[in-house]
Amino acid sequence: MSRRPGFVLEVDKSTPPTLFWNGEGFTLETLPEGSRVIYAPEPMKAVEDPYRAIRHALLHPLGDRDPLPALLRPGMKLTICFDDVSLPLPPMEPPDIRQMVIETVLDMAAEAGVDDVVLVAALALHRRMTEEELRHALGDRVYDAFAPHGLLTQHDAEDPDNLIHLGQTDQGEDVEINKRAATSDLLVYVNINLVSMDGGHKSVATGLASYRSLRHHHNPQTMRHSKSFMDQPSSELHSSNWRMGRLIAESGVKIFQIETTLNNDTFPPNFQFLQKREWEWTLRDRAMFAASSTALAKTPPRLARQVFQSIKSPHALTSVQAGEVEAVHAETTSNVWAQQGVDVEGQTDILTMGLPYICPYNVNSIMNPILVACLGLGYFFNMYRGRPLVREGGVVIMRHPTRPEFHPGHHPSYIDFYEQVLTQTLDPVQMHKEFEESFATDPWYVHLYRTGHAYHGVHPFYMWYWCAHALAHVGRVVVVGGDPTAVRRLGFSPASSLDDALEIASDVVGPSPTLTHMHNPPIFMSDVH
Amino acid sequence: MAGSGLLGRVRTARFPLAAPSWPTSVDRPDPERKVGLDYDHEWSRRYPVRLARAVVMDNVTRPAARLLAPATVRGLEHLQHVEGPVIFAANHASHIDTPLLLTTLPVEFRHRTIVAAASDYFFDRTWKSVLWSFALAAIPIERSKVNRKSADTAAELVEDGWNLVIFPEGGRSPDGWTQPFRGGAAYLARRTGRPVVPVYLHGTRHVLPKVSEAGARAPGGSGTESRRGGRLRRSPIAVLFGAPMTPDEGENAHRFSDRVEAAVATLSREVHSDWWQARRSVSAVAPVEGAETAHRGPEASAWRRAWALDEPPARRGEKEWPD
Repeated sequence: MSRRPGFVLEVDKSTPPTLFWNGEGFTLETLPEGSRVIYAPEPMKAVEDPYRAIRHALLHPLGDRDPLPALLRPGMKLTICFDDVSLPLPPMEPPDIRQMVIETVLDMAAEAGVDDVVLVAALALHRRMTEEELRHALGDRVYDAFAPHGLLTQHDAEDPDNLIHLGQTDQGEDVEINKRAATSDLLVYVNINLVSMDGGHKSVATGLASYRSLRHHHNPQTMRHSKSFMDQPSSELHSSNWRMGRLIAESGVKIFQIETTLNNDTFPPNFQFLQKREWEWTLRDRAMFAASSTALAKTPPRLARQVFQSIKSPHALTSVQAGEVEAVHAETTSNVWAQQGVDVEGQTDILTMGLPYICPYNVNSIMNPILVACLGLGYFFNMYRGRPLVREGGVVIMRHPTRPEFHPGHHPSYIDFYEQVLTQTLDPVQMHKEFEESFATDPWYVHLYRTGHAYHGVHPFYMWYWCAHALAHVGRVVVVGGDPTAVRRLGFSPASSLDDALEIASDVVGPSPTLTHMHNPPIFMSDVH
Repeated sequence: MAGSGLLGRVRTARFPLAAPSWPTSVDRPDPERKVGLDYDHEWSRRYPVRLARAVVMDNVTRPAARLLAPATVRGLEHLQHVEGPVIFAANHASHIDTPLLLTTLPVEFRHRTIVAAASDYFFDRTWKSVLWSFALAAIPIERSKVNRKSADTAAELVEDGWNLVIFPEGGRSPDGWTQPFRGGAAYLARRTGRPVVPVYLHGTRHVLPKVSEAGARAPGGSGTESRRGGRLRRSPIAVLFGAPMTPDEGENAHRFSDRVEAAVATLSREVHSDWWQARRSVSAVAPVEGAETAHRGPEASAWRRAWALDEPPARRGEKEWPD
């Protein structure tokens, strides 16, 4: 059977209940008749031999770039940068696509006799990866060849000795990036383009940048004007990154961009029901749902978190592009849309979403309330092109336990942000003015970021700015099943059931609203007409 | 409690019930340490100990080794027609080499083999000396300089009918590539007249990696220090035995050692090809350029040496994607 495109279901009497993710668990909800449910397109066919496809891409680059072997020579300085632990989601079954690409690049570098090679994890202000995470992303072979010699590094946005200021864009934006990468004869960047936001000039201009540089686009003004940040031409976030990327290129930094797309085959065989349409669930699927949801309901959250975080996704490579940044990214973005695009007619009064256990910033960690807001209002809300799925002044209903739990090692500044900032203001602009600087420059947070596995002190602000467009757009946000205190702290309304949430929503959107549910993950992008 | 009361009384007992204290004005003589080269390991070759070692080797060590490191063994036929003791000369990449090699030996060799072990590492404490003497029938060997005593001991044991496992590199390889062979195995072969059996151990460094100083360097941030080094991991290995070699007429130990090293290098090439290809590469008529020193690795930067070491054979000579 050929692959089926995305699908918008209109709920009627015969429609079975719909799956809602609920953190480390899931549940079935009966949606009102006339509601719409959006299902992702089915997974695209994977390329048969990823190594060959990668090699082909490196030998046949796009845009104004020579094949990779022609750019490699003895005595040169080569830096290979790669996306960090935030991609893909969930982490993919080994071998990770970064491993496959980097092994192929290194085979060519070894053949060309390049001795000076350094690998850099492009973390930006994310936490450092652990050895296990690096081994998972790169494979033992790459790790063992580079890490023992100090040649596998992680970008440090607070290391003045390894940052270089390349200048300012015509908009006055500082461009300061990793010195080793910028001063190399060739910078190879290895991307995983899980969503259309990833890649392009954002890879280097954000992934290898300092706070001084990032603050020009990671701020409330930029994010409010990114409609959405998943749609590059309409995203101010990307406009800023593109200006910076062009300045980086003009500064003489030679980038060989490698971008990869994965299909949306998200869950392993036993959990395939999570990505199926409910009316197509087999007896096995129903048994698996019943068994797993019953077991999870009785499992302590800490254990359930460990179980879910251990899931490895069967994502498979669907395309690989290499060469000049913009030419590569145009092709990649079109491939991402081919997998994820769903046509949707018109907006909705109420948008519902079940939030899963993972977002880019809590891999092997805890989804704290700020990340819950970011996943729902930052990521899911922005998965559109054209217009948001929910109308202006509409209501977003999210389902998630939203426990006020934080990973103290990974998210130390989030704890203070939750206690000290969210209790003062929920307005991204105000917190940007009054609080951001003190968190960003706090020496303790800087120390934890540089020497431990902590996100940078300013990171919780960015997560809140990620929600800025949605916060300005929607009339109310309701969280079903969330911890009431935590939900209120975020400025949202708690509800104990979906019916209660709809009742609360009726105050804003009237008694007979339209409702659309995002059956996500697997990830999809709505093309709202 | 009665026990704690008794214990307490024992603890607080004084001389002469307890040992005498040493007057501070009198220098203590250095304790006589019977470790290192001075360790007396004769007990480990007595029959009851040999029996106990054989029981442990066959019922614990061998099944554990099979589980941990499923081995492909080639060349055992070379041992079928050898009479009397031999000297096994193998490359060395991991502490696990010795038990893995011993457990792959045929039974007639396995329980009558001693192992030359570095005196400064395996015999520097009494408990270690006892442990390795028992478990592996190890004897201490001086590896940093020529030592007549250790050479004499090894030679006497070989002449006494014991097979000997020796790692002529003198220690584990720092980066996985074979280091130049020292002359110990060749010297013993010349002195005792017994043959040397070259052995190549492949993949053992994946089972128990060496923890090097460089390996502890973190890829940024604390908590990312390598935790893999020194930890056992399941990984397949290969053990290749070559034909027994004896020194030619007038051949000195140095030249014979080079020949043994070349034989081990040839076995190393068999892992990625086959016996015929491995020998053709060092053919006198049409040798493959650099084949004789290929086991030492390329003269290049650290990462390229590491990269070349682990090249997966399946992807060699890969064709380009068809247009």
